[in-house]
Amino acid sequence: MGGFFSAAGDVLSNEVSYDAAMRFAVLLVFAGIGETIAERAGTLNISVEGMILGGAFSGAMGMDIAMSQGLGVSGAVAVGLVFAVAAGVAVASAQANMSHRLTANQFVVGLAINILVLGMAAFLNSNLQPVTRAAPSVKIPLLADIPLLGGALFDQTWPLYLVYPLVPMAWWLLYRTRWGLEVRSVGENPQAADVSGIDVNRRRREAIYVAGMTSGLGGGYLVLGQVGSFEGSIVGGQGFIAIAAVIFGGWTLRGVVAGCLLFGTVNSFRLTLGPLGHDVNSELLSSAPFLVTIVTVAIFAHRSQAPKALARPFIRGLN
Amino acid sequence: MSGETPTTVDDVDIGSPPAVSDPEPMHSRRREFLVVVSLYVASIVFALVISAVLVAATGGSWRAVFSAMLDGSLRAPGRWGTTIGVAIPLLVVALGTTISGRAGLVNIGQEGQVLIGAAFAAYIGVRVGGPGPIVLLCLLVGGAIGGAIWSGIAGALRYWRGVPEVLTTLLLVTVAFQATGYGLKNEDLLLAPFRGDRSVRNPVSEQLSETERIPRINIFGNEFPISAFAAVLMAFALVFLFRRTLWGFRLRMFGQNARTARRAGVSNVKYGMGAMLLSGGCAGLAGGMMLSGGDFGDYKFTPGLSNGIGWDGLLVALVARERPVLIIPMAFGFAGLRTGSGFLAATGVERQISSVVQALLVLALLIPPAILFIRSRRRALAATRART
Repeated sequence: MGGFFSAAGDVLSNEVSYDAAMRFAVLLVFAGIGETIAERAGTLNISVEGMILGGAFSGAMGMDIAMSQGLGVSGAVAVGLVFAVAAGVAVASAQANMSHRLTANQFVVGLAINILVLGMAAFLNSNLQPVTRAAPSVKIPLLADIPLLGGALFDQTWPLYLVYPLVPMAWWLLYRTRWGLEVRSVGENPQAADVSGIDVNRRRREAIYVAGMTSGLGGGYLVLGQVGSFEGSIVGGQGFIAIAAVIFGGWTLRGVVAGCLLFGTVNSFRLTLGPLGHDVNSELLSSAPFLVTIVTVAIFAHRSQAPKALARPFIRGLN
Repeated sequence: MSGETPTTVDDVDIGSPPAVSDPEPMHSRRREFLVVVSLYVASIVFALVISAVLVAATGGSWRAVFSAMLDGSLRAPGRWGTTIGVAIPLLVVALGTTISGRAGLVNIGQEGQVLIGAAFAAYIGVRVGGPGPIVLLCLLVGGAIGGAIWSGIAGALRYWRGVPEVLTTLLLVTVAFQATGYGLKNEDLLLAPFRGDRSVRNPVSEQLSETERIPRINIFGNEFPISAFAAVLMAFALVFLFRRTLWGFRLRMFGQNARTARRAGVSNVKYGMGAMLLSGGCAGLAGGMMLSGGDFGDYKFTPGLSNGIGWDGLLVALVARERPVLIIPMAFGFAGLRTGSGFLAATGVERQISSVVQALLVLALLIPPAILFIRSRRRALAATRART
């Protein structure tokens, strides 16, 4: 127990650990935001893992292509991020159209998409082998000098900063626009929404497209802003953790972001505990994010109200 | 549609027959059959064409790939025996998935359940002494229990804490890999004792002794373990259970409408947990069969022994639309894709193409039933409209 507290103390007093936690959490925030919107519309979208991976690979390809055209690193990263978003949307269109146009089972579709993207990324990666570089760090003056947290929040690669405007934008979209209201109504009571003239499955498809955009962007950030190069196991189940963060956060954006920060922190222990001189079992560390996720979700899932029509297909006249 | 019954005589259109009753049922049925078959054929062809384009786009020859896949799965000497050996765990995993699917539960963590099952089986096989066949039986049962424990965690969280089982089964896959990896680092658990003959210690368990292995038979130079027959028997037993027993009926009722089932006296927790435990148990049993069957890992437990069999078995169940009899050929087909991809090295095409083909096939095979469903819905709606 003493070891645990000294480790916790070391982690809490070290700037590096905040920095690593932030970098892990941001990917989850990117994916978690989109996943929240998709789930509010009624889709438990497990293809978020595939969206991130597709975005990551496509982002790497985009950067490779842009660099070979003679663009600078930052320009190439920007091109890569555009590619990443496009790939996320492509994966989303498969999920959306198969589960909310053809009304195939959304889990079956999502699972098949995940396996397809995993195989496709591995196959294309070994054939094309995109060459990438990490985006440059940008230090925001003054703010980056805040002790402990400053470096983590304001001295990072620039794709990470995209997450700051994204969260309020998602909030505005979900809670302050007509579209957002319709999305939420479609997830709560699709019959009522249908009767009042909302195209239920269309709103659900659009929500999945939004999830594809943010998750694809997250994948682009993962490969270009965090890791710097692509490999097939780069995502490694973090998409599923993002889904858990949505449940943990009770389907509200504030809670989801908190969940992402928590799970990202646990995830970062893999990198931070070793260098700080704490010898923790490596298997335990690698499975810690998943175990913590399961335990916390088991504690908190009961408290919050899931969208009523979550994971239920809508077919007019059948429900 | 109770509200749409015609109330006056004028509402009933006597001139034309209602669209539901067809004047030529025989002809229509044949046409319907043709539509269904051509839809399925078209979607399979579509998936294969996309895969071929992918191979061609990366500079490979799809003809060479196709021929190598056929060689690796069927034509080369001894290969169809290997394919059967691979098909066994796929079949058993898929049968388990069918049970949870019937109950309306989404267990998609078979990969982890297979691995835990194999680890339990390896522990029992190495530690328990006694006559070989009895140890073999114990290790298979132990494997099933291991898989059931792993899926049971997800089931318990589903029924007592309301956590979606989709998520927990998935998250537990990674935990299973780490847990078995830990077991392979400790001599008290799975790691083979140090003999001092090698400087590097590989994380493998001790080999099962010869008497503890599933016997293999040899037909025309094709070898496979006799568990193949047991797996096929299991499939037919499951058909019987689904169609002819109260349990099967209640399970289906529970899967289609849990609330109705509860009103009819079907305990949700009992049937849901039961289905979850059985599906994980099947996956664990498949893991035990992989360990003692000889086609995987040379009778030793290795870190990645499950090798994607859990995922593929899940896909088999999904493609077969949860019908046990259809699962048998599907499992063989998916096993063929797997063994065939072993021969791809000569063609210069990466072997991951086989998992791309598999996933594309699964996605493509989801389309026809969905289209048929929408079509029948439209027809029913049109028929009601014609009547009112």
